[in-house]
Amino acid sequence: MNLWRDIKGTVRPFWITLRYMFKKPVTIQYPEQKRTPSPRYRARIVLTRDPRGEERCVACYLCSAACPVDCISMQAAEREDGRRYAAWFRINFTRCIFCGLCAEACPTLAIQMSPDYEICNRDPMKLVYEKEDLLIADGGKDNEYDFYQHAGIGVANPRGGNEDEYGPVDIKSNLP
Amino acid sequence: MSDFLIDVVLILVKLGLIFGVLLTMAAYLVFAERRILGRMQLRHGPNRVGPFGLLQPAADAIKLLTKEDFIPAGADKVIFFIAPGLAAVTALLTFAVVPFAPPIELFGRQVPMVVCDLNVGVLYFLGLSSLAVYGVALGGWASNSKYALLGAIRSLAQLISYELSMGLAVIPVILMARSFSLTDIVLAQQGAPFLLLNPPAFLIFLISVVAESKRIPFDIPEAENEIVAGFHTEYSGMRFGLFFVGEYINMVILSSMITVFFLGGWLGPVLPPIVWFFAKVLACCFFFIWTRGTLPRLRYDQLMHFGWKVLVPLALLNVIVTGGVLLWIKG
Ligand code: SF4
Ligand code: SF4
Repeated sequence: MNLWRDIKGTVRPFWITLRYMFKKPVTIQYPEQKRTPSPRYRARIVLTRDPRGEERCVACYLCSAACPVDCISMQAAEREDGRRYAAWFRINFTRCIFCGLCAEACPTLAIQMSPDYEICNRDPMKLVYEKEDLLIADGGKDNEYDFYQHAGIGVANPRGGNEDEYGPVDIKSNLP
Repeated sequence: MSDFLIDVVLILVKLGLIFGVLLTMAAYLVFAERRILGRMQLRHGPNRVGPFGLLQPAADAIKLLTKEDFIPAGADKVIFFIAPGLAAVTALLTFAVVPFAPPIELFGRQVPMVVCDLNVGVLYFLGLSSLAVYGVALGGWASNSKYALLGAIRSLAQLISYELSMGLAVIPVILMARSFSLTDIVLAQQGAPFLLLNPPAFLIFLISVVAESKRIPFDIPEAENEIVAGFHTEYSGMRFGLFFVGEYINMVILSSMITVFFLGGWLGPVLPPIVWFFAKVLACCFFFIWTRGTLPRLRYDQLMHFGWKVLVPLALLNVIVTGGVLLWIKG
């Protein structure tokens, strides 16, 4: 009975839509109701600080190189004590696709993705974030990590003085 | 002389009222449709502008009016301008013959609750609904675009096919009421509405009416995103809005026609007649919206097959059977 099946198939959906009409909508009404994104949510990028409150970024350009849309730019500079930092650091969020590759690439955990997704703006120029806008006073995801405690040339500790480092090798002593 | 003047004034007042009510209804039908469809899909629908989103139609109007209005190069300007209006006006004109309630007594005068009680009201309605096809045809043709032209032809084929079964479904009603006047048709349903006396005619009329109003599941003329819309592809801003409003006015008209032909018009117990009339019309509109939320679109060949191979023969058969039964009852 194809006809019967067709008629049933035409009439039954009406009952279903009517029933659904009286169910509670599942929509999240955004400005009033907000969801907390998961910690790994990739939104606004921040530059974090190490436990001692110093800038973590060593201006190595790795994030900039990893970025598929080339929206990170910076200028490296060096302090008296040999610690490197970014003289200026700029992310153009109008181009950023929030892929997170910059955070993957960063050896110092400086650049991190945060779950703050509310950065829309009508003026594209306001979405070009400078270092002051990016730098936060926190360690972000791994608060304890301090790059200069593991590597780097004699900034936190003397050369080779970090706990997981050997001292400098006397190149005269290991000749064949 | 003064009698004539009073008549003219009365007609103008009625026209103004109908115009106002109809346009408001069309605007709020759009809103109601979006809300109801939303609820059927477990969403809220528009609820941002004003309390419960009730000012949404105003916001839409402002948006449409301030949008860039684009006229394609090589378009036939005059016809391009007229076409959307034609679609809306033909729908509006039909309302002249729809009776809302029995005549009322006002300052000792009989005031009929219909602008013009034509004794061939049914023919007037059918004629105007055929005229509505012009809006589609001219809109598609004047746009100077192949897509619009093809879309218009597609829509015309559909509209004309279903116009046929619609006309045929009305014939049993006329036979049973023995009149072409809409008021008489309503009055003839005092015993039982024609919906109960002749359900096949009602079903055929209902389906053709849904097709006439270019709504899902017969919305091939306006499949906007899938097959570039069709006859109104090149329209923008308020001109497109007029087509849109025309469609919703058409929906109200066709709902009133269902009400008049099959649901007994203003007849009903307890409540005042005009309330019954509006309740029935709104119920029909709700049914249209409900259908839109429920059924998928028909394919074009299915649509034409259904019209010509199912609806038209059925309607013809129904005319013959109804005529036979009426003769038998009388004989
Ligand atoms: S998230 Fe991706 S696109 Fe954005 S700055 Fe980082 S690497 Fe570039
Ligand atoms: S944010 Fe990280 S990857 Fe980028 S320059 Fe600074 S240290 Fe290098």
